[in-house]
Amino acid sequence: MINIEKREEFDIEIDKTVGKPFINDAKFSTRNVDVFYGEKQAIFDANIDIGKNQIIAMIGSSGCGKSTFLRCLNRMNDTIQDCHISGDIRLDDEDIYQKQQDPVLLRARVGMVFQKPNPFPKSIYDNVAYGAKLHGLASSKIELDELVEKSLIRAGLFKEVKDSLHKPGTSLSGGQQQRLCIARTIAIDPEVILMDEPTSALDPIATAVIEELMIDLSKKYTIAIVTHSMQQAARVSQRTAYFHLGYVVEVNDTNIVFTNPEHQLTENYITGRFG
Amino acid sequence: METQQHISRQYNQELESVKSKVLKMGGLVEDQVEKSISALIEQNSELAKEVAESDYKINKIEVEIDESCAQLIAKRQPAAGDLRLVIAIIKVITDLERIGDEAEKIGRYTQKLTSMKDDVNMYAELSRLGDKVITILRDALDAFARMDVEQAARIAETDRQIDEEFDRVSRILVTHMMENSRNIKTMLHVIWCARALERIGDHSQNICEYVVYLVKGKDVRHIELE
Ligand SMILES: Nc1ncnc2c1ncn2[C@@H]1O[C@H](COP(=O)(O)OP(=O)(O)OP(=O)(O)O)[C@@H](O)[C@H]1O
Ligand SMILES: [Mg+2]
Repeated sequence: MINIEKREEFDIEIDKTVGKPFINDAKFSTRNVDVFYGEKQAIFDANIDIGKNQIIAMIGSSGCGKSTFLRCLNRMNDTIQDCHISGDIRLDDEDIYQKQQDPVLLRARVGMVFQKPNPFPKSIYDNVAYGAKLHGLASSKIELDELVEKSLIRAGLFKEVKDSLHKPGTSLSGGQQQRLCIARTIAIDPEVILMDEPTSALDPIATAVIEELMIDLSKKYTIAIVTHSMQQAARVSQRTAYFHLGYVVEVNDTNIVFTNPEHQLTENYITGRFG
Repeated sequence: METQQHISRQYNQELESVKSKVLKMGGLVEDQVEKSISALIEQNSELAKEVAESDYKINKIEVEIDESCAQLIAKRQPAAGDLRLVIAIIKVITDLERIGDEAEKIGRYTQKLTSMKDDVNMYAELSRLGDKVITILRDALDAFARMDVEQAARIAETDRQIDEEFDRVSRILVTHMMENSRNIKTMLHVIWCARALERIGDHSQNICEYVVYLVKGKDVRHIELE
């Protein structure tokens, strides 16, 4: 499964993922996952579990395949032409790539928050209500109002916007927009939230607010976050996965990764050395 | 330990500079301990005075290193091996500083002893303890400088020998006190010196434990070194 030619580029060998890639009570399990864009392989034999009600951070330098891997988990890669995935990805022990799986329903269970806040060109209220309506989660106007309010409260945005619910979502600040996108995601009541560099466009205060929110949300949801901030990974996550040139080099408890990583490549990356 | 260089050359230099300051501090401490032992055993009041009055140098360099470590943490947020290095350094210099204090004490007690002019002639009994202590300290500093885990682990054994030697010396001194009650005050000072030497052995052992932590990432403080 592992592409030998590719591996010879390393000074240091990647035999298989070191650390503790597998855990009991996994929400997601990926086994032997390869991802190609056309001829080009972007992920090599990824084997990793994502724990229930936990935050897992995915770190690694630009282009190492973090976003690609994350997009496998809610089949966002299906929308990219030329993108091929093989291997086994299971959510609650069910193959998410099996024929009868509806990707739209999957994405309701596995929500995603992007790097750049991307509110719909609609009101704050409609941004949150949209998905819930689409999935028929509210049967009356009152129920929908309640759902919108609850989601905004959970996202820590309600106080700031309760008097301007009908203003456009785009009128909010970047940090507020990101929390709006989180509110929109949790309104559908997903089981997993994928976040791809959710705070990279935000100031430290807005970042701290989102991080608090993530920790709070992880009591109910499973969260996978891609981040370029090592401190962020260290602060919010229980487990950390280090990606290098398409390989999952190491997965371990975050405490271990940042104090005593097993793999030299992980050590090099997190200490800022040439890898 | 690491062969790779940081992407930031400045960061490399900062770490190297702190490391070399620690080695310099180690050299100063070793020198103080050696002199204090010579002063004690040879009852050299000049040398004892010099030791007692030089401890400020060690304190000064400790403060400098602390400062550099604080800046490193604030500026670089060291992780993994770098983080362990900074933590180990902060701990090592605390023990080095304490060793300096013990040497200073020996210097002061020796000054007292030389002025008491009691003919107790127990100093030769201390020379074996002194030798062992200076050896363990030197080896510990050496293990730290070379990040040598195996040497560090071996040194733990030596500390046990020091404890035994201290017990032996104490027994002799106590016997002596019982036999010559006139000299009790002098003998107490001698015991305090022996005690200071034994403490230097303990601090040296701590340094070895930090070396193991630093290299292996394992905390061996409260378990037996294997
Ligand atoms: N839509 C695409 N078409 C073709 N190749 C792609 C596509 N998306 C990503 N790739 C390639 O796949 C590899 C992994 O990209 P990916 O975006 O997953 O990296 P990343 O780890 O998220 O990087 P970054 O930190 O910069 O976001 C890269 O070599 C990239 O060029
Ligand atoms: Mg990306």
